Amino acid sequence: MDTTDLLEIAERERAARTPRRLRCCTAAGCLSQNGQALKAALIEAVKTAGLTDSVEVVGVGCMGLCSQGPLVQVDPDGPLYEKVTPDQAPAIVAALNEPSAPADDVRVGDPTHPFFAKQVPVVLQNSGKINPERIESYIEVGGYQALCTAVREMQPLEVCELITASGLRGRGGAGYPTGLKWSTVAKTESDRKFVVCNADEGDPGAFMDRSVLESDPHRIIEGMAIAAYAVGASQGFVYVRGEYPLAISRLKTAISQARRLGVLGAGVFETRFDFRVDIRIGAGAFVCGEETALMRSIEGHRGTPRPRPPFPAAKGLWGCPTLINNVETLANIPAIVANGPEWFAGLGTGKSAGTKVFALAGKIKNTGLIEVPMGTTLRTIVEEMGGGVPGGGSVKAVQTGGPSGGCIPAEHLDTPVDYESLAQLGSIMGSGGMIVMDESDNMVDVARFFMEFCMDESCGKCVPCRAGTVQIHHLLTKLRSGKGTARDLDVLRELCEMVKQTSLCGLGQSAPNPVLSTLRYFHNEYDTLLNDPMTPATKPLQTSTETR
Amino acid sequence: MAVKTLTIDGKHVSARDDQTILQTAREAGIRIPTLCDLPGVGPLGACRLCLVEVTGVPKLLPACVTVVQEGMEVQTNTERLRRYRLMIVELLFAERNHVCSVCVANNHCELQDRAMEIGMTHSRFAYQFPKLDVDTTHGRFGIDHNRCILCSRCVRVCDEIEGAHTWDVSGRGANARVITDMNVPWGEAASCTSCGKCVQACPTGAIFRIGATVAELEKDRTQLSFIVNARENKQWLG
Amino acid sequence: MTPVAVPEVTVPKEPSSRAAPRADNRLKMLEATMKRHQYQADALIEVLHTAQELFGCLEDDMLTHVARSLKVPPSRVYGVATFYHFFTLKPHGEHTCVVCMGTACYVKGAAALVSAIEDLAGIKAGETTPDGKLSLITARCLGACGIAPAVVLDGEVLGYETPESLCNRVKGWLT
Repeated sequence: MDTTDLLEIAERERAARTPRRLRCCTAAGCLSQNGQALKAALIEAVKTAGLTDSVEVVGVGCMGLCSQGPLVQVDPDGPLYEKVTPDQAPAIVAALNEPSAPADDVRVGDPTHPFFAKQVPVVLQNSGKINPERIESYIEVGGYQALCTAVREMQPLEVCELITASGLRGRGGAGYPTGLKWSTVAKTESDRKFVVCNADEGDPGAFMDRSVLESDPHRIIEGMAIAAYAVGASQGFVYVRGEYPLAISRLKTAISQARRLGVLGAGVFETRFDFRVDIRIGAGAFVCGEETALMRSIEGHRGTPRPRPPFPAAKGLWGCPTLINNVETLANIPAIVANGPEWFAGLGTGKSAGTKVFALAGKIKNTGLIEVPMGTTLRTIVEEMGGGVPGGGSVKAVQTGGPSGGCIPAEHLDTPVDYESLAQLGSIMGSGGMIVMDESDNMVDVARFFMEFCMDESCGKCVPCRAGTVQIHHLLTKLRSGKGTARDLDVLRELCEMVKQTSLCGLGQSAPNPVLSTLRYFHNEYDTLLNDPMTPATKPLQTSTETR
Repeated sequence: MAVKTLTIDGKHVSARDDQTILQTAREAGIRIPTLCDLPGVGPLGACRLCLVEVTGVPKLLPACVTVVQEGMEVQTNTERLRRYRLMIVELLFAERNHVCSVCVANNHCELQDRAMEIGMTHSRFAYQFPKLDVDTTHGRFGIDHNRCILCSRCVRVCDEIEGAHTWDVSGRGANARVITDMNVPWGEAASCTSCGKCVQACPTGAIFRIGATVAELEKDRTQLSFIVNARENKQWLG
Repeated sequence: MTPVAVPEVTVPKEPSSRAAPRADNRLKMLEATMKRHQYQADALIEVLHTAQELFGCLEDDMLTHVARSLKVPPSRVYGVATFYHFFTLKPHGEHTCVVCMGTACYVKGAAALVSAIEDLAGIKAGETTPDGKLSLITARCLGACGIAPAVVLDGEVLGYETPESLCNRVKGWLT
């Protein structure tokens, strides 16, 4: 197996292709909208029309615009049909014979809409285009070339340097420089090392990793293999949420296909590099997204974090040096190796290179997945691409970073999205969930919602997080029911600061963020709830606080 | 073996290079409050009482697991740390049902000691008053979950010193409880050797000797360090 | 690796009648999973996943069986099984209704879905109806935020649900 073989497979795949194809989204969003029946209806319609030799119906991954699903796209260069129902299948197939005349009773999407036009797909390059259940489909678009180049033509340290030069930072939330992490693991001496892909996407409102795993699983395997080669690991684990059955099954398929082709296993691409990947399925614990808890879980224990240092790069799984990267981080790797670090650094802004995938959800017209260069403003994402609040309402706040992040008020929508700018606003980049709130959303409720989440997900090991989140939640409930006093608000603020400063792991340290950020930007909503005649009304009421 | 020099609360001290800040401070006679720490078993870093400030490090560090470094400047008793410690103890008192006046460990309780040391007079937080069980099925020992602070000393002492691993923690968050075997009554836990080390390890009156009455339960931690010293260093210092 | 014979265990009670004839087979399948992991203690969570898939829930006998097979303390097995919310120690009802309570679903009214089903079935979230027909479960984000609010009915993901549409779907299960 080498580059030539890969090219041959790609060539064969291209030759076997029918002139026209109907790409049918089979990611979780569209599947839940009757996508499977639609795919069957399309296959049936093609058969009835006698077009089986010239038209193929292909199940592909996520096309991004989940709110308009199920989606069908005519390849090459055909229209994108939205909200397709199975009974519209014959009309779509009939329209194939009249080029550029789409089926008239089906809704046609606008590919020039900012939702599509402003995207720069790197991680999502193949999503919605290739068949995620066939390795050949990935190889056809150049897949595994980067791994082949890395293991056959580069030294491990060169690969680390290349990633460092690209400026890639961890996409899981904290934004630690990926190249630096790799070099640290590479330089730590040990007979055994591990690479872990963190696919425990726990932030409620984030579904980027699920989509990548469902749409382009080989990309993750390739990224992991390159990482393993660079740091000197021979065993990898993908730790994936149990809530994502489709992602797990596609990943399993992908791993066995890669093994059969000699891309994984002993002697990758006939070199001396061995790499094996196993899947570990999470069991419903948000805290396992924290790296030390994740490792405990892989080792078969309760997923409780431990103090760092030692960091996983020094002492990770079974005490061995371990590299842990998030799905999106690893998905960037093949593209960086293939196109060079300068290309990647050229995307995005100075300190935040590359692109970022965001999951748009909440009170927004176009919900779904987008990938934009770092530095794109929130306004562009929410208003232009997302189409703003449905029904013409106005955006009140954008929540980023899930339970660890914060609510950014509408007046800051012109902030460019990068690690530093979001941190300055009291939020974080997080894994990429972006939830839009409108005027009907009460921010104290939002804060309470996240605190309930953190309270339920606290592992219970350290006191500030275990007992502190309970008390913060209690105070928010008290305030929300109109029984709170100015004194309660003071205790709330003091307690939030303490939990943030003293908790053992990232979950506890960031749990107060949604409260602190709403206290910062929507203080009046707390003030109006106070049942205390001594309370000075510091600011005039900006928004209504009616309950939904 | 290299020696490191550092300052703790302005006092110059020296330490072996594998020592933690907590060990070093203790040797130098500087008191850092702890609850989950228990000499002889592995550190946990969970009660957060021993957090200290180190110059140049933005985060607070747990003294029980942080190894000393050359030139470190450690502060163990700043206004901020005292404020946090007070809140941590208040949180513990509000979490379960700690009624010192009727407790077997009254006057011999580490939680009570910490509260007095830190100057806690009452808890500002809402008392949760959870409904919890008392299990006396063992016959010799009992566990009162009302007084448990989830420090997991019993779990560690049973696993690391006795080797039975009868205790573990079940559930999570506020619902976490210490359990014996398959969450069976202690008296039915087949793996329990009735060695009583968990009784000695427990910082409060949660694990107690049946028959002890109010304020009667004095615990002997030296028994544990005696065993560990005997096992590891072959020194029997009774 | 030491070969481990299938130990004598009482087969846990059936979660539902349909799985009854395959009881023996299921223990064999569980054994195969443990063997594939060479009875290593670190496979505990994987083994519990398999056991729950096969038997519907993790009853005490099953946990004891797993503890003995993997040679880990029973308290550790119980600790792990209760730490992860995916594992359930009691059998679910014949039908399950999972309402996603992720942020996107929350702002789109998932709480109303939960209370609608609570009222309809007379149970609280996390409970099963006394006749064992329906379990109502809340989930932490299914990652289907694009179609919020999302629910999963007997494994099938559905989007854009309203209290009315959801009640109409679930009603039939309760009679």
